[in-house]
Amino acid sequence: MTGAVRATIASRPRLGIMKFASCDGCQLTILDLEDHLLDLLVRFDLVEFAEASSYRSSGPFDIVLVEGSISTPEQAEEIVRIRRETPLLVTIGACATAGGIQALRNWADHDAYRAAVYAHPEYVESLATSTPISDHVAVDAELRGCPIDPGQLLELLTALTVGRRPQLPDESVCLECKRRGTVCVLVTGNGPCLGPVTHTGCGALCPAYARGCYGCFGPREAANAPSLARWFGRDGRSDADTARLFSGFTAYAPPFRSVIDSLGGPPIASHSGEDA
Amino acid sequence: MHGTHVTTGEQRFDVQGITRVEGEGSLRLVVRDGQVIESQLAIFEAPRYFERLVVGRTPNEVLDIVARICGICPVAYQMSAVHAFEDLGEVAIEPSVRTLRRLLYCGEWIESHALHVYLLHAPDFLGCANAVELANLDRAAVERGLALKKAGNRIVAVLGGRPIHPVSVRVGGFSKVPTKRELQALRPDLDAALDHALATVDWVATFVAPDFEREERFVSLRHPTEYPMNDGRIVSSDGLDLAPTDWETAFQEEQVPWSHALQAHMGDRVPYLLGPAARITLAADQLHPTARAALDRIGLADAIRRNPYWSIAARAVELVHAVAEALDIVDGYVPPERATEPWTPSAGTASWATEAPRGLLFHHYELDERGRIASARIVPPTSQNQAAIEADMTSFAPSILDEPHDVATHRLEQLIRSYDPCISCATHFLDLTVEASS
Repeated sequence: MTGAVRATIASRPRLGIMKFASCDGCQLTILDLEDHLLDLLVRFDLVEFAEASSYRSSGPFDIVLVEGSISTPEQAEEIVRIRRETPLLVTIGACATAGGIQALRNWADHDAYRAAVYAHPEYVESLATSTPISDHVAVDAELRGCPIDPGQLLELLTALTVGRRPQLPDESVCLECKRRGTVCVLVTGNGPCLGPVTHTGCGALCPAYARGCYGCFGPREAANAPSLARWFGRDGRSDADTARLFSGFTAYAPPFRSVIDSLGGPPIASHSGEDA
Repeated sequence: MHGTHVTTGEQRFDVQGITRVEGEGSLRLVVRDGQVIESQLAIFEAPRYFERLVVGRTPNEVLDIVARICGICPVAYQMSAVHAFEDLGEVAIEPSVRTLRRLLYCGEWIESHALHVYLLHAPDFLGCANAVELANLDRAAVERGLALKKAGNRIVAVLGGRPIHPVSVRVGGFSKVPTKRELQALRPDLDAALDHALATVDWVATFVAPDFEREERFVSLRHPTEYPMNDGRIVSSDGLDLAPTDWETAFQEEQVPWSHALQAHMGDRVPYLLGPAARITLAADQLHPTARAALDRIGLADAIRRNPYWSIAARAVELVHAVAEALDIVDGYVPPERATEPWTPSAGTASWATEAPRGLLFHHYELDERGRIASARIVPPTSQNQAAIEADMTSFAPSILDEPHDVATHRLEQLIRSYDPCISCATHFLDLTVEASS
């Protein structure tokens, strides 16, 4: 989080909301703030939000929220241009902050991939990698999650309208589970669970629904992912099966990425599909 | 030129970046000497290669992954996949688990249809650029739409933990099922939502739709006793009748140069349309009585069949259906004995079709001897609808050629929006069987 967050106190900031490679779910989370939506939107001059409005703008902006990863040559150019048009760039969701599930292709041979997908690969413009926004330009703030949490989104937008720093905790899912009173899934046998190394924000959802966390908010700061991976190995799990646990929606975030690399790569790289 | 009947020369209509649709697409219509020579819905959303991403994964991992194809209809992707795997494994889920799956789908239909009717589509009928402008004209209407959307989201959140990318659907059932009391807590919102949905039907019936009619081939699921959702046979308005596992026997996909989505065709290459208008046309007799009465009251069943702009009325009627069915399910709910039936993945072919909010969604997986995915094919509704949308643009063209260019272009964009295209869904699919030929 940079000082730019505090500096944004324009009375009705020019807001742009846009997407790159993604499912639209994080933008939809904005529209899912049903009770607050109309009162919230009038506080901004919403100049670009193609999913919900026919007004278009290519800038300048006071604030831009970006969903999605960079996965085509045009997107790589566009994000640099957008960065020049806004003093405050916020990335929203696992695709924008970590590359998303589509970043699994970063471990694979992209040309073979694209040829497996399309009969005419020459029609398809696509980079070999899917990377987070921060690999391309400086980012001022981020909301994690696949999708982002509506409560954290509301906190961010409210903070932006009054020019204060948003309160976004960085702790593990485990702490949230304890607060919620959920019995640990590693104890109930519903694990394995990435909760000990995963950034909070979802409200410890998966354990509350009797299954292990699959890491969609990504690694928390200073997460000791290698240690958790060793614990999974002690349960008799193969390296490949431990790797698959980390090979989800934030697989390309550095601490998870290095665990996956150390265990031989994600399933996609090791599996020889019939089409390969 | 405005007011001049152009019969010679070339007219081009381009919209780079259609707004108020999900994902990134553009349209192009080129008319030369009064004849349409190009009619394209171009989908340039970046491909994400989902059918490759699931290779090597377990069926339950697939349920988490395919949800991410679409933030608006994640449940649809989970449903087609989970039914496919259960069909392969001959897993007999408990009746109340099956009913909960329908309730989950009702929630998604409500959320998705309310979003499209109120925030994306209605602004076109009322001359607005977005829902904020619409709220300035009629705040109560937008608040009604948001309340409906919230009621749908709440259903998905109670069953799956959150409205977008819910976490509880597992092969064999759910990781956790709600208590009777948890479902009963939905009732006040759903009671209000039923009034809102009925008001939506009456509201959209007052709209004036552009004068446009065409004959369409419709395809949807059809079930002997249920409005099509999780189960049924694949039927068409001209006599097709297939098991939900057998989509590939009558349909093919192909790649076209202007789109990252594969287009689907039936053998005769006549386009077909999926979605609310198809379901109303092919299964109105299975609507909940409350929804059926609403459809009869507005008298728009023929208009829904003939004029794509009236899809808004089809969505409104389906809102009534989904809310009314959700209320019935909540009232009759008896929790299952077990949340999940035991299941062991095995080798074989798993395929199924369900009705996403935007229409029939077909999945096909090959599983290897360890029960991991060897290959996948996912055919979303919007890629199947592309050819019909392009054909409708061609039929629609003569009615706009005398309009000023910007008005005509705007009318075309509105036509595209009426199909509720889900462009993120349509992209990044692959067809392993298509021939690489020029």
